[in-house]
Amino acid sequence: MARVLINIPREIRAGETIAIRTLIQHAMESGYRPGADGNVVPRDILRRFTARFDDEVVFAAEFSPAIAANPFLSFTMNVVAGGTLTLRWEGDNGFDQTETRRITVA
Amino acid sequence: MKRLALLALCCLPAAAQELRSGFEDMARETQALQREDATNPAMLWVQEGEALWSSPAGANAQSCASCHGAAETSMRGVAARYPAWDEASAAPTDLAGRIAQCRTERQGAPPLERESPGLLALSAYVGLQSRGVAISPPADPRLAPAMSQGAALYAERRGQLDLSCAQCHDDNAGRRLAGSTIPQAHPTGYPLYRLEWQGLGSLQRRLRGCMTGVRAEPFRYGAPEYIAIEAFLMGRATGMAMETPAVRP
Amino acid sequence: MTTPRRLLLVAAPALLLAPAIAHATPDAMAAALREFTGGAEVRRGRVAMDISPLVENGNTVPLSVIVDSPMTEDDHVRAIAIFNERNPQPHVITAHYSARSGQALLATHIRLATSQNLLAVAALSGGTFWSDSAQVVVTLAACLEG
Repeated sequence: MARVLINIPREIRAGETIAIRTLIQHAMESGYRPGADGNVVPRDILRRFTARFDDEVVFAAEFSPAIAANPFLSFTMNVVAGGTLTLRWEGDNGFDQTETRRITVA
Repeated sequence: MKRLALLALCCLPAAAQELRSGFEDMARETQALQREDATNPAMLWVQEGEALWSSPAGANAQSCASCHGAAETSMRGVAARYPAWDEASAAPTDLAGRIAQCRTERQGAPPLERESPGLLALSAYVGLQSRGVAISPPADPRLAPAMSQGAALYAERRGQLDLSCAQCHDDNAGRRLAGSTIPQAHPTGYPLYRLEWQGLGSLQRRLRGCMTGVRAEPFRYGAPEYIAIEAFLMGRATGMAMETPAVRP
Repeated sequence: MTTPRRLLLVAAPALLLAPAIAHATPDAMAAALREFTGGAEVRRGRVAMDISPLVENGNTVPLSVIVDSPMTEDDHVRAIAIFNERNPQPHVITAHYSARSGQALLATHIRLATSQNLLAVAALSGGTFWSDSAQVVVTLAACLEG
């Protein structure tokens, strides 16, 4: 399991648009970098990020090797009522990690 | 006479300049990465360290927390007082060395190698507890030999380029080398996330980088020479605020 | 007494080690852009890309894009894509939005192999495309490991 940091505002009012910030531990090996032996290190990157709130996709992104190691991503979503935020990172070599966070509104 | 004057000029201590963290010389954007925990990739290692802190390990099934309790209180300011004297080995040790020793001697767990993810993570987590604390080396006379050895190593020319640490970081600090400002070399934020490394690394990794940079043979990880240089550098940085886990370009 | 010449020697290996790797071209970027827009006209405006004009390390470059849009069902940003001229590949990231996004905002950290132009393009629900561009200088670090 890769380490993940998810930053969500502490207090959210109904109807508010909030910013969510995420970091995930991943080398994002570009597939263009020569290793110590001079051969190119095979590509191993995250390809896709999906954020769902309950069953609705609120944000998604496709990454190329030009995304920095330990990818940072920030996006916003409008919160009408409480629900479950599901974040999923998918990548090369079968990488697939899902994190969920409960969102409550004041 | 002229020669004496020159000597005096060369040997002006760094303290003559205002102490300046490498943070100050970074681009605004890189500073922002460090300032905000939500954007600082080093916090991924801190999170790992926090998990390790309370995970039982080794034959005795003890965690760091079993003895030390909450790191927020027990480890506050600790990293600002290393290197410190280690009674068991009768030698100075750095924070990572102390953590590794605790791991094997007290917990009876497999050793954490230098620069291993686990040791970096624990060092970053313990180091974070001193963020903002002023560096204050222990007033322990047994550390004096290491500090003077460190001072000598810092001033000694080495490598095929025949350069000493002091020639860059004292004599030319603040001037530019290619696209970078030469920093005063204060170890305020280790272990830190270096953009070049795309990961977290220790002061010893940084010192090795400097040594290969001047085409010198680096000491092995954990070598007493590195502890001595760290003891000297921490003494030189006395009073500066800890930044662990810092970000550097 | 250190001569500047000696200091420069420290920097030289970094130049020698710069790998000779194929990179994208303005043409490749144009092709990637066409794939995103389907050949539709791209107008300047509505999109604001924020990136440092002078980057001290191309490994991690903070980038943010915000698009001026009401983000309603009828009028919202569907997607934002970032392209570059001189990385190995012209595409950086494509982000997808809906009215639920509340705001058309993208913030991430990217890699830049060298100094180059960047292009941010927004696809709006009405079928129009808007863009902003930035020219970024990536400086050469003096002390590289290894």
